[in-house]
Amino acid sequence: MTAIARAIGDGVVVAKRNLIKIKRVPDLLVFTTLSPIMFVLLFAYVFGSAIEIPGVSYREFLMAGIFTQTAIFGATITGTGLAQDMQRGIIDRFRSLPMARSAVLVGRTTSDLVNNVIVVLVMAVTGLIVGWRVHSSLPEAAAGFGILLLFAYAMSWPMATIGLAVRSPEVFNNASFILIFPMTFIANTFVATTNLPGPLKPIAEWNPVSAVTQASREMFGNTSPLFPPPDVWPLRNAILASLLWVALILVVFVPLAIRQYRRAVAR
Amino acid sequence: MAAITASGLVKTYGSVVALDRFDLEVQQGTVMGLLGPNGAGKTTAVRIFTTLLKPDEGSASVLGLDVASQATELREVIGVSGQYAAVDEDLTGFENLDMVGRLYHLGATASRARARELLERFDLADAADRTVKGYSGGMRRRLDLAGALVAKPQVLFLDEPTTGLDPRSRLAMWDVIAELVSEGSTLLLTTQYLEEADRLADEIVVIDRGGVIAQGTSEELKVQVGGEHLEVALDDPADLATAAAELSSLGEPSIDEVRRIVTMPVRATPGLLTSALRILDAVSIDVVDIGLRRPTLDDVFLTLTGHHVAEAPEDAELPS
Repeated sequence: MTAIARAIGDGVVVAKRNLIKIKRVPDLLVFTTLSPIMFVLLFAYVFGSAIEIPGVSYREFLMAGIFTQTAIFGATITGTGLAQDMQRGIIDRFRSLPMARSAVLVGRTTSDLVNNVIVVLVMAVTGLIVGWRVHSSLPEAAAGFGILLLFAYAMSWPMATIGLAVRSPEVFNNASFILIFPMTFIANTFVATTNLPGPLKPIAEWNPVSAVTQASREMFGNTSPLFPPPDVWPLRNAILASLLWVALILVVFVPLAIRQYRRAVAR
Repeated sequence: MAAITASGLVKTYGSVVALDRFDLEVQQGTVMGLLGPNGAGKTTAVRIFTTLLKPDEGSASVLGLDVASQATELREVIGVSGQYAAVDEDLTGFENLDMVGRLYHLGATASRARARELLERFDLADAADRTVKGYSGGMRRRLDLAGALVAKPQVLFLDEPTTGLDPRSRLAMWDVIAELVSEGSTLLLTTQYLEEADRLADEIVVIDRGGVIAQGTSEELKVQVGGEHLEVALDDPADLATAAAELSSLGEPSIDEVRRIVTMPVRATPGLLTSALRILDAVSIDVVDIGLRRPTLDDVFLTLTGHHVAEAPEDAELPS
């Protein structure tokens, strides 16, 4: 067996283990699904009554933003899961086995992707119920979901790095919130970036979350000529920018996460 | 041939020295007991042998495979069972072992068969298809140990296999380990229980503060502290001095006021106890208890380190 086939095989074994866990302890899936539903309802009905987006209904504008936020929330499961495995000594067991060094992380991020597919589907249905509509073609809409899931997968890797570093699910949750909230709020997710104050505006415009949100908005046809994206490269070329961000995040964090795994020792 | 070797291992965590020039040699087919209190460095040593930790200095090998440069090959030939059962609570006992088999690349059929075989052997067959969440502490430990045996490893590391178990589960675990030992595995066992090392290990290495302070068979270690002692417990502490003086013909006595006993090193000969009683009876001293006492490993530890094994506080374990 070649090293690569072996690594894939090991990754599959780990992914299968995680999927059994989702089936047996569905709490995590339930809550990761409920929180974006809550966000859809809160933003659609609370902010929706106050925020005007020219040419598009706020609910249509909002959905791509919430999808992107959900992608990041979904990625945190990777960190929580790994921190929990560290705490329970399971990572020690894995590390003493003659398995591929990448397998635990590949298996984990893959099973979390399955989790994210389920969450995104539930969200889409919720969106349709509150009045979100796709105005593009089916392949374009599928590409929109594709970009969201790719982004979710890429974000799993920095979350994995953090999860292995902090070694406790509680600490991870607190640490990841500090990262997630600014990342998803200083962006074009819930409001237009045009009116953001001074330094926040460029941050929002170059935020990967904004690029992904803009890309999926375009793919779902939730944009309007009355409301063009700001004249900055990542938002004018949102799809390309999103793919570049995904590539960059993977190139940086896959090796970092694996390095962290190799050095990881439970307390 | 040496199955496990370590030379000059050093490992520090910040300012805490977990291992301080630690040396070890374990012969193939023997059981080595690594005995020491919490925080002595036992777990750190096991983690280095099992490639979980890199030493700051020194080298270690298992079956001639270097822990640093041949880690992957080394992992193929070892089995590890840790201090905290590293089993997945949300999987069944069977799923846990099957997963480990597949990660050893035994193949699907062999993994399943081996999992069932081990569950049977460790008395877990009835619980095989229940999730581990409902297992008792003893069952989890047995499952964890079974996980270490999946690939029939040539060298087995057991890190405090009975810590935290109730006495009954501990005895059951000892039986299981004794059986493994009789099959001729090479085993490195760490423990803070003297009785455990005494019972299971061919050779014992006593470690304290990261270094080896004594080594030998259980018998050899006991000899280091001295041979047998005659111990006489008295009713009236006022008699202690008289008793000691009268008994000095048998050995050099020392007095323990608190426990009201007189002890002396003796050579055990038939009739020794009777003579001692006669001597004391002749001066009308009432004896509460009398007996020959062989030194325990606790005595060994006390002599070597100046403190009892049990004295080390539970939470003194290093960031291991």
